[in-house]
Amino acid sequence: MTRPAPGPSRNLPQYGALAAVLLANWLLFPDFFSIRLQDGRLFGSLIDVLNRGAPVALLAIGMTMVIATRGVDLSVGAVMAISGAVAATLTQAGWGLAPVLAASLGAGLLCGLWNGLLVAVLRIQPIIATLILMVAGRGIAQLVTEGQIVTFTSPGLAFIGSGSFLTVPMPVVITAVLLGVTALLVRMTALGLMIEAVGVNQLSSAGAGVNTPVVLVAVYVWCGLCAAVAGLVVAADIRGADANNAGLWLELDAILAVVVGGTSLLGGRFGLLRSVVGALILQAMNTGILLSGFKPEFNLIVKAGVLMVVLLLQSPTLTLFLPRPASPRPIRPPAKPESPSPSAGA
Amino acid sequence: MTDPTPTASPPLLAVRGLSKAFLGVQALDGVDFTVRHGEIHALLGENGAGKSTLIKTLTGVYQRDAGTVTLEGRAIAPRGVEEAQRLHIGTVYQEVNLLPNLSVAENLFLGRQPMRFGLVDRGAMRRRARAVLIPYGLSLDVTAPLGRFSVATQQIVAIARAVDMSAKVLILDEPTASLDAQEVAVLFKVMRTLRSRGIGIVFVTHFLDQVYALCDRITVLRNGLLVGERRTAELPRLDLVAMMLGRELEAAAHRIAPPGNDGEEDARPPLVRFRGYGKARSVEPFDLDIRPGEVVGLAGLLGSGRTETARLVFGMDRADRGEAAVDGQAVRLRGPRDAIRLGFGFCPEDRKKEGIVGALSVRENIILALQARQGWLRPIPRRRQEEIADRFIRLLDIRTPHAEQPIQLLSGGNQQKALLARWLATEPRLLILDEPTRGIDVGAHAEIIRLIERLCADGMALLVVSSELEEIVAYSRRVVVLRDRRHVAELRGGEVAVDRIVAAIASEPVPVEPRP
Repeated sequence: MTRPAPGPSRNLPQYGALAAVLLANWLLFPDFFSIRLQDGRLFGSLIDVLNRGAPVALLAIGMTMVIATRGVDLSVGAVMAISGAVAATLTQAGWGLAPVLAASLGAGLLCGLWNGLLVAVLRIQPIIATLILMVAGRGIAQLVTEGQIVTFTSPGLAFIGSGSFLTVPMPVVITAVLLGVTALLVRMTALGLMIEAVGVNQLSSAGAGVNTPVVLVAVYVWCGLCAAVAGLVVAADIRGADANNAGLWLELDAILAVVVGGTSLLGGRFGLLRSVVGALILQAMNTGILLSGFKPEFNLIVKAGVLMVVLLLQSPTLTLFLPRPASPRPIRPPAKPESPSPSAGA
Repeated sequence: MTDPTPTASPPLLAVRGLSKAFLGVQALDGVDFTVRHGEIHALLGENGAGKSTLIKTLTGVYQRDAGTVTLEGRAIAPRGVEEAQRLHIGTVYQEVNLLPNLSVAENLFLGRQPMRFGLVDRGAMRRRARAVLIPYGLSLDVTAPLGRFSVATQQIVAIARAVDMSAKVLILDEPTASLDAQEVAVLFKVMRTLRSRGIGIVFVTHFLDQVYALCDRITVLRNGLLVGERRTAELPRLDLVAMMLGRELEAAAHRIAPPGNDGEEDARPPLVRFRGYGKARSVEPFDLDIRPGEVVGLAGLLGSGRTETARLVFGMDRADRGEAAVDGQAVRLRGPRDAIRLGFGFCPEDRKKEGIVGALSVRENIILALQARQGWLRPIPRRRQEEIADRFIRLLDIRTPHAEQPIQLLSGGNQQKALLARWLATEPRLLILDEPTRGIDVGAHAEIIRLIERLCADGMALLVVSSELEEIVAYSRRVVVLRDRRHVAELRGGEVAVDRIVAAIASEPVPVEPRP
């Protein structure tokens, strides 16, 4: 990380909410935290939350950076359908695993490139620009599958959805790896700073020499890639591609996860891990309500209630009452007497 | 000054003792303003004079705190633009406030379409639209969308709409700001025709030549106060500029100063050289050389092309003519990134909108330009960022509790110093400062001026735009004076003095020979 550790209160609402939801689940099912090993793979409700939450968490990783630039990507659900359709169709046609993965991820990159060019070069408002692919994407996916639900039996591809690595389900592993790679990419380079600068004030950033079109295209391309990975995971899990329903409405869950994670739709500061936590909060609630035997209809209302609480905890008006993080380091005195010239020795 | 020949009939529009305050800031303080039948009346003033507040109070956008407004002797108090229009006060803004996707005819009759059997009578609307536009010399396809025509035509349509809605007072707010010379001539013809029909026109502009070409009377505001009303024919340019800038002029202003004695400096090769550099509708082609260690001031009234020149030099706006060279090598400035690569830096006039990245920390704001120049793949290590930030915070005495404070929480002066630090960190060869002391308290003001002097002593070239003439004179070795988007004079050495600058701003325009 190239920035100061955020103060404890900054991540508190997200972790607190996740803990509260998990606690509620535990109160309803004392077995909630029990994990057992079976056939070399972990099972249990908690693992289920991580596993089922993976697709939205994957989307949220890409969405976080798009939202940090003050944009939004409505097309990620449709991109999931495209990547799933490509993977399933090519697998059925007898392609090997590597070219299938390459083609499927490539399709996601192309989708992201399209969105990025619309936003950065043609300067179309992100919500409209990505709406185009949100609508057209499902059509493209249907064209790929020729209107059928394409199923496959390739164990290689299926492994991505239902296999496990060192007892951990593959979707969880993939999410963790993508989270790590993304965090390294933005925080070990200056990309994170530039994304935040563009999101806060695009004009000022351009005036300071930030290559704003390239930054914008990059975040949409990465978001497309994340969506393609999510689409692969879902298709591999059900061993088939349903162009109509794969990833349907998941763009909204992804936006919700990012917002619950505390990244503002007004752009600027972002937290990748917090967005993933946001996605897990949503999934923990889903799982909890399913387990509780409540009617699924309750799900939406309970979800809305919990979101209200998390968002209230983040509201600037309320945070005034929370303890502030300790002040960062003071300005260091000069090590040696400074030359009077401000431009010397920089 | 009141009307020298008081008559029985009241003036067309009489504003008396108008006051308006915003959050304790007195934008207008007891202002009188009179418009007579059949006159074109220029309303002039620099930034913060209160022109737009006066107009918005007249058109009902703002409600006045005190004072009276009478139209032909009848007290009026419009509470909105539409009500003002019903009360015969029409307004046309620089950015035409019509609907570009509707047809010309629809725009002319929006909200008052001719009806027939409860439906819009399109045939009648088209016929009446053509008839309305004839006196303006416009014959165009009234069914075409308005947005397809030039800004000048759109403005005339907006004027025609206002006049057709029985405007007796027509307020034109900087109508010529984005027109070329030919379009201005057409607009002036329309304005003269309307004047002969008895309409009172309030003309807001920054172009002094246009004021003298067209207006009968001039009212000058400054800092919310009325400076005075004069007949144009009786007001020499120099006096007008003095009224606007608010300074008493000594006789020296009219004296011709001896030529400058800085011939030896011209021998050094310039760092940057612009020849015939300009942009249509922004600033006329100009020549400009800046040498290392030199401070060049850009002086002129608001809207004279100072900021536009600075933005062209930095590539914020792209020039459409002329050549630029750095160290004798021809260069192209297609954007800030090109300029930064050549070692330029630019602190813009609108700090908040184009300068600071508000929610990011002082540290991040300071290293942003340096980091952007290095590219995203070569991040500046956190430790080094902190060193750079801390060094400039101490050096420029930026008042912030720590380098991680969001820059938007700092005062204006400290934000400005942080922006200076952003560029100093890149060790620029040419730093462009647009109004570096605007909105900054007195203490920080003096510090920034000292800093400017220190920087050029270090060999950095500076191009400074400022409306504070004393300030420009204090640090500039050369001053380029602009008027009406044209570089009209260049003062050097001993010539650099406030009165000389004022005289140059006020000088009569000489016929310009056409450029090749």
